[in-house]
Amino acid sequence: MDALQNKAAELLVAKTVQVVIGYGRGSGGAARAVFIREASKAHSLIFDGTCRQNLAVYLMKPEVRQLGKAALVATPHALRTILQLAAENQVADGGLLVLAVPASGDEIVPLATFAAIEAHGAALDNDMSAAEKAELQKFSAMGLEQRRQFWEEQFSRCLKCYACRAACPLCYCTRCTVECNQPQWIPVPAHDLGNLEWNVMRAMHLAGRCVDCGDCSRACPVGIPLHLLNRKLAGDVFAAFHFRSGMAAKVDNAMSTFKPNDPEDFIR
Amino acid sequence: MSDFNPKIVAFVCNWCTYAGADLTGTSRMKYSPQVSIIRFPCTGRIDFMLLLKAFANGADGIIVSGCHPNDCHYSSGNFHARRRWIIFRGLLDFLGIDVHRVQFSWVSAAEGAKWAQLVNETAEHIRGLGPFTGYQRLRGLGVG
Repeated sequence: MDALQNKAAELLVAKTVQVVIGYGRGSGGAARAVFIREASKAHSLIFDGTCRQNLAVYLMKPEVRQLGKAALVATPHALRTILQLAAENQVADGGLLVLAVPASGDEIVPLATFAAIEAHGAALDNDMSAAEKAELQKFSAMGLEQRRQFWEEQFSRCLKCYACRAACPLCYCTRCTVECNQPQWIPVPAHDLGNLEWNVMRAMHLAGRCVDCGDCSRACPVGIPLHLLNRKLAGDVFAAFHFRSGMAAKVDNAMSTFKPNDPEDFIR
Repeated sequence: MSDFNPKIVAFVCNWCTYAGADLTGTSRMKYSPQVSIIRFPCTGRIDFMLLLKAFANGADGIIVSGCHPNDCHYSSGNFHARRRWIIFRGLLDFLGIDVHRVQFSWVSAAEGAKWAQLVNETAEHIRGLGPFTGYQRLRGLGVG
């Protein structure tokens, strides 16, 4: 933790960056995002097991962008997020300093370019864990009707608060389809049909883009396992198009490109 | 179930399948009247949300059809659409929505007979599946 605080202070004193986006201690022992703009405040930075939020979400917020060049304390998921944002031309190479923190938290790796992030990220294990794969497998073992009941029950609790959208670093459109009311694509009230439509749309718009940080599920106040939808589609995208999001800064994104021989067996 | 007449909505592209369906008519071929055709500029414009809206508004089955690969009027709209369908079908299945309610197809402007056969067979298939009440009852509060 000292290494992180010292590095942040050093960067702010040298004016290499104007703000360090990191974790601080919030209420109830939880970690919260902090935006350090003075070296004297760097001591409030922490890094431990409670620091799970994907801080890359703040890179797309206009009020954070106007603070100036940022250094971002990044977990492996945040690294992938930054590369995916780069692949979508949302962040500039060299416009951001990434402070990659290994799980131990006692050393930090500054990464100034996308190439450095790619090299660092490639060495990490980016595949699903065995437990995560097993969680998805459960669904293929279920029948169609069982799956429908499962998701109907889950979505029935959805409040349409859009916390999943706010927490997602890749849901960055300034005007979302849900705010579009001519036509009204997604009904405003939280009823079964609109809840389903919203969740289908969210999953589809993140297909081939989601980096599986899981912040949607952590943000959900009613505990809908939203990340499963994204993970399912990430698996499908990888199986069909051999594409994994957030691995490189310059890529042909899965859902905006095609190959003439994309595999399908259902079109007659 | 034999007196059940399914509502089928067909989302077709202007350049191939719509022209193909036109050919079916001008060739005086008869086919199932259960289908309502909606014409789009290209399959690339057929957003997955439109399919959901069709189901929400009472469709029992959906046909999505456009130009064969390499024949797209805009050269790549159908390729982009195909990627989307591959992913969308996987998501529907994961959510427990029967993907057999949606039939995807390539019908060219010369394939009037294929269009008639496609509609007839899809209508029969949907008739067998019955009304899509599982989806239609989601329409709570009377708000579409």
